[in-house]
This record gives sequence, C-alpha cells and structure tokens, in this order.
Amino acid sequence: MKCFTNWPVVPKEPPIDMKLLFVFIRKEFYHVFRDRRTLLILFGLPIVQIILFGYALSSEVKNIGIAIQDNAHDIHTAQITEKIQSSSYFKLQPAVSNYADIEQQFKNGSIKCALVFPVNFGADLLRTGGAQIQLIADASDPNTATTLTNYLQSIINSYQQQLNPNAKISYEIIPETRQLYNEEQNGSLNFVPGVIALIFMIVSTALTSVAVVREKELGTMEILLVSPLKPVMVLIAKAIPYLVLSLINFVVILVLSVFLLKVEIKGSVALLFAESILFIITCLALGLLISNVTASQQTAMLISMMGMMLPTLILTGFMFPLENMPVLFQLISHVIPSRYYYIIIKNVMLKGLGFGYVWKETLVLAFMTVSLLAIALRKFKTRLA
Amino acid sequence: MKVLGFLLQKEFRQIFRDKTILAMMFAMPIIQLIIMPLAANFEVKNVNLVYVDHDHSSLSQKLVHKIASSGYFKLVATPSSYGSAMTFIEVGDADLVLEIPAGFEKNLVREGSQRINLSVDAINGTKSVIGGGYLQAVIKDFNRALDLNIKLATTASTNTAAAISVDTVNWYNPRAEYKYYMVPGILVLLLTLIGGFITALNIVREKEIGTIEQINVTPVQKWQFILGKLVPFWIVGMIVFTLGLIVMYLVYGIFPKGSIALLYLFAAVYLVALLGLGLLISTFADTQLQAMFVAFFFMMIFMLMCGFFTSIDSMPDWAKQLSGLTPVTHFITVVRLIVLKGSGFADVKTELGWLLGFALALNGLAIFNYRKTT
Repeated sequence: MKCFTNWPVVPKEPPIDMKLLFVFIRKEFYHVFRDRRTLLILFGLPIVQIILFGYALSSEVKNIGIAIQDNAHDIHTAQITEKIQSSSYFKLQPAVSNYADIEQQFKNGSIKCALVFPVNFGADLLRTGGAQIQLIADASDPNTATTLTNYLQSIINSYQQQLNPNAKISYEIIPETRQLYNEEQNGSLNFVPGVIALIFMIVSTALTSVAVVREKELGTMEILLVSPLKPVMVLIAKAIPYLVLSLINFVVILVLSVFLLKVEIKGSVALLFAESILFIITCLALGLLISNVTASQQTAMLISMMGMMLPTLILTGFMFPLENMPVLFQLISHVIPSRYYYIIIKNVMLKGLGFGYVWKETLVLAFMTVSLLAIALRKFKTRLA
Repeated sequence: MKVLGFLLQKEFRQIFRDKTILAMMFAMPIIQLIIMPLAANFEVKNVNLVYVDHDHSSLSQKLVHKIASSGYFKLVATPSSYGSAMTFIEVGDADLVLEIPAGFEKNLVREGSQRINLSVDAINGTKSVIGGGYLQAVIKDFNRALDLNIKLATTASTNTAAAISVDTVNWYNPRAEYKYYMVPGILVLLLTLIGGFITALNIVREKEIGTIEQINVTPVQKWQFILGKLVPFWIVGMIVFTLGLIVMYLVYGIFPKGSIALLYLFAAVYLVALLGLGLLISTFADTQLQAMFVAFFFMMIFMLMCGFFTSIDSMPDWAKQLSGLTPVTHFITVVRLIVLKGSGFADVKTELGWLLGFALALNGLAIFNYRKTT
C-alpha cells in the first residue's frame, strides 16, 4: 500500500481570475468596436427592416391590375366598370377586345385578372333577370386570386343591391367582428415580433459564429490557447461584447417600434428584457457552437446566414402558419429557437400576459442554451489541428 | 486570355478543394428547394375556433354544424362564458371566438336580423384574418339558406330581382395550388443567396489572408482579376439553377411552360448582375465579417421587397420604386412568368433590359472600385 502514497501532487486548479477575464473581455470589445462598418450595418439593418415592414410591406392586396372585355357596351357594364375603377383594390388597365389580348396581358404581367361581359349583358339582366359575367383570375398566385375574386364578388353584389333596393335579404345574421389586441388593425403588430426574432436569430448567431474560427484562421488562436484562460472563459469573453451589442440593438428596435410604428408594449418591459437576454444568449451559444466546429470563417458564415436564413424565416411561424405545415415541419420547427421567442414576445409585448403564460417556452429556451453551450464547450479544441 | 485561363484554374482549384463550401453551394440549396415549398403555404386550414352559445336553440346548433362541416375550422371547445373563451385565445389554443347571444333564434325570427360577436386574435397575422374572412363567408352562406327556408315556408317566392352571377375561371393554376407560386420563387431566392454571399466573401478572403498582395504585384489586369472571380461562380450558379429546375420538375412536377432557352438567358444575365453586386461589396469590405453583413443587409432587403412574401402592387409608390431597383424583383417576376404562364421574349424584354443594366452597372463599379494598391 505504501507505494500509493507517492502519487504526484496534482496542482490545485487556479481559481478563475476575474481580472484576467475582464482583460479578455476588453480585448474582445476592441475587436468589435474597431470594425466600424460592421457596427454600422448592425444598427442600420434593424432600422431599415422596421421601416420596410412598417411602411412598405402589408399582407393586404391592393392595386390589382384588371382588364375588362366589354362585349355589351351598355349602361350596366359601364356602371360596373366605373365601380371597379373607383375601388382602391383595382387598377384598371386599357380595355381588351378578345381572349388573345387578355392572355397577352397576363403574360407580360400587367394584369392579375380579367372580367368579360357577354354581348347581351344588360338585356339579359333586365329581361331574364339573370346575367353572367366571366371572371378570369391569374391563379399562379393563389393568394391574390382568392382575394381579388372576393373583392369583385362584393363589388358586383353591391351593384346588384343598388339595382334592386327592395330585394333585401329578410333574415340575416350579422357578424360583428372585434379585432382582439389590435383594435386599430395596425399591420405592424403582425410583423414586429417576427422581425425582432428574425434579426436576433440571424445576426447574433452570425456574429459569434466567426468569433472563434476567425482566430483560428488568422493564427491568433495559438496565443489564446497558451494563455492561462480556460476554454469556458474564452467562450464567455467572446460572447459578452455581442450580448451587449445585441441588447443595444434590441432597445433600438423597441424604441422604433413604439414611437415610429405605434406598437404598444402591453406587458412588463422587465420580463421582455429578461426573455430577450435569454434568447440572445441562446443564439450566441449556437453561434459559438458553429464557430467551434468549422474550419474557416467562410464556412461558418455560410452556415449561419445562408443555411439558416430561409428556414428561420419560414419556420418561425410569423410568415406562414405553422399548423398548416406537414407534420414533419412542425416537428422540425420545435428545434428552432426563434419559434419560442416569437411566441414569448407576442404574448408579453402584444397581449400583455405575464410569466405564467410563457414559462414553458422560457424553459425550452433555457434548456437549449445550456445544451448548446455544453456542446460548444466540448467541441472547443485546446490543441491546434 | 492565357492569364485569365491561369486565374480560372486557380479559382476552380480553390473551390473544389474545400469540400464543405462545395456542399454548401450545391447540396444546401437543393435540399432547401425540396423541402421549403412544403412549408411555405399561405393556405389556411384548421382555424381553431371557440364557440360560446348562450342561446342553445336549434338554429344556433345548425350554425355550429354548418361551421364545423365547412372544413376550415377546428372546434376547440365550447365554454359557457366569454371570459373562459378568452383564456383559450390567451394561451394560443384558439384563433377565433364566436359568441351567440341569448335569444338569438327568437330575435332573428321576430326582427329579421341578429348580431353575433366574432372576436379575432388580430396579432396572429394571416391565420386569424383569413379565418375571420372564412367565417364571415360561411355565415353569409348560412344567411342565404336561412332566408330561403323561412321565405319558402311563409310566402311564395316572387323573385324577379335581377341577379348577376359571376363565373370564375382560374387560369394557369386551376386548382390554385401554392407550389406553383412558391417553388420558382424559392429557387430564385436560393440562387440569390448563393451568388450574393459566396462572391462577397471571396475577394475579402484573399484580402484577409493576404494573398491578394501576391496577385496585386503581378501584371494581372483589373478586369482579368474580376473576370477570374466571376466566371467560376457564374458556372456554379448556372449548375445550381439547372439542378433547381430538375428538382422543380421531378419533385413538384412543374415544367416551364415557356422557352427554357429564354429562362437560361435571364438566369445568365441575372447571375452576372448578382455576382457583380457580391464583387462590389467585397471590394469595399476589409474583413469577411463586414462583407457578410453588408451582403446580408442587401439580401434581406431583396427578399422582403421582391414580391415573394407580399404583393408589390400593394406597396406605396416609394417602395415600389425601391423594389424596381432590386435585381431580384425582375428576375423573380420573369421566372414566374416564363415558368407558369409561358411568356415569350416580347413579353419580358423590358425586364431583360433592367437586368442587363444592373449587370453592367454593378460590374463596372466593381472593376472601377477594385484597387491594386492599398
């Protein structure tokens, strides 16, 4: 037994030197703030996106190009044409005289639908009490086709009522619609949470995804590795400047949404911040993982931007409803962090709900963060290849 | 020409040496093209409905049946009060609440009209808005049937009112399937991502590693250098485009209605324009990170403004003009026109003019802005 007493003395792990850590964090801050152009883009991007989403994009369909082929040329067709012309939904294109013309217009993209009045339209309407109109819709865009069909139908219905003021439907149920959480029908409300989730998901991930691999590529990794800093500290030091940047970004977006887009924050701002910090850390952890497993900045950025852009855009749930997707996609969407953050931010910011309504999502995000960080740490190579 | 040949050889070697980049360039867009269209679907099914019936009459029962059998709605629950219905909305289990007031049937028969409350979760975007629209349509339908039923029972129909019936025909996509609209659009977006990002990174990479110095001290001309960067990625882009068309046909059964040669002509010009943008960005940027973020900035604007997600027609004028200044808008329009409607050269020649203009301007700027001295 004696021989066991001569074990080499294991050197005691040095305690984490906070001062050293701060020095490293400062170094990372220098890296980040030296690059003015990236900073400019970083803050310019959300501003431009908020403006675009707030003012330029709407899911509404307006100014649809329409051509009318009037074979009857009577007072009724003229009146219906005028009604269509005065509607903001349609933009009347020059009249056409045959189907070949219509097809031509469809093919160069100037119209989305065409209305054809038959020869005896007015006469049919008066004499037999029933006249037909043909509506040709460009269904290559099904969304617009459905919407414009509804618009035209209601224009024609209202004309019909105008013709027969007495023929009121005698029994009717009138639905009174209330727009919950959004009485003024502010379209920005639909987009803002999605944009916030999207920007963080892509920007935060991309930022950190190059953090480690950049040092590998430039050769400075060697210096980091021979320093007394432990891997976990290296990763933390890398993430902190980006966390600060992302938070400033978050404040900018929030301020813009509130003052420019008139989006009201209904819930607790503190909760909103706490959840956002959690989500940003999740994204940073994902970025660090990418950074640790890739060999060049190019690969890291291609994965974090090109690879993640469309899936994030589509599977977060703010563009396309998740419930309608095939089951496989609904399953995949569960591993996308922005999906949970989107729900959280919608509930807290727009519905004004408390933590009790978002704890499940918070838990998922927290779990993701911890696992991502753990994997990133494991994949952190302390030896040069 | 010989110099260019050597430059090309160098670029191709670099591309083929890095297997990860190669996989990213070819496999990723193809995989995304195969799966993404399945998810990108505006069609709304399964709108979750909560129904509060204070009336419990046979008519209110009929209305529920009518709604439930329409196929669009999923009846989640039938709580007894509006308050408890709201909790379904709050936790996100419901999109719509329909509330039938007490005395619904009685009032309807006696007074001829009755209001019901429809509450829509209006921040749930597309789904609730479209769902609310569907519900209105179902109720309208119900009204008509109701009118007929009660009228027939009471008076003989004296229906001489003039009626106009609208007969709707869907051209180009008779069953109104989303894939026809989405697949060509996604193909264009993926091609844009590849072309924009990869070239933007390329020159900057040489700057960052320092190898650009070695090229700068050689007698290589500016245009040769730019062309040497452009041609390989142009070829990669054309291959991706070809693979995309094959996927479009094999997986989604969409075969271009128009001329394939015309489609390739546009793709060729578009790629030159796009690569020019990437090169321009990379002549400005100092680090790959910078280049990537500038490229991302433009890609994001391109994607949002090109009419893929929302209609360009409904944008305000300044946004329409901005949209016209992005190459993707023109290319996506043309691809949809040629693939779905079979448009010919005469129909799309202005778009070709636009793309040629972009190609010349962006590449010209890139050559102009590339400095051989630092």
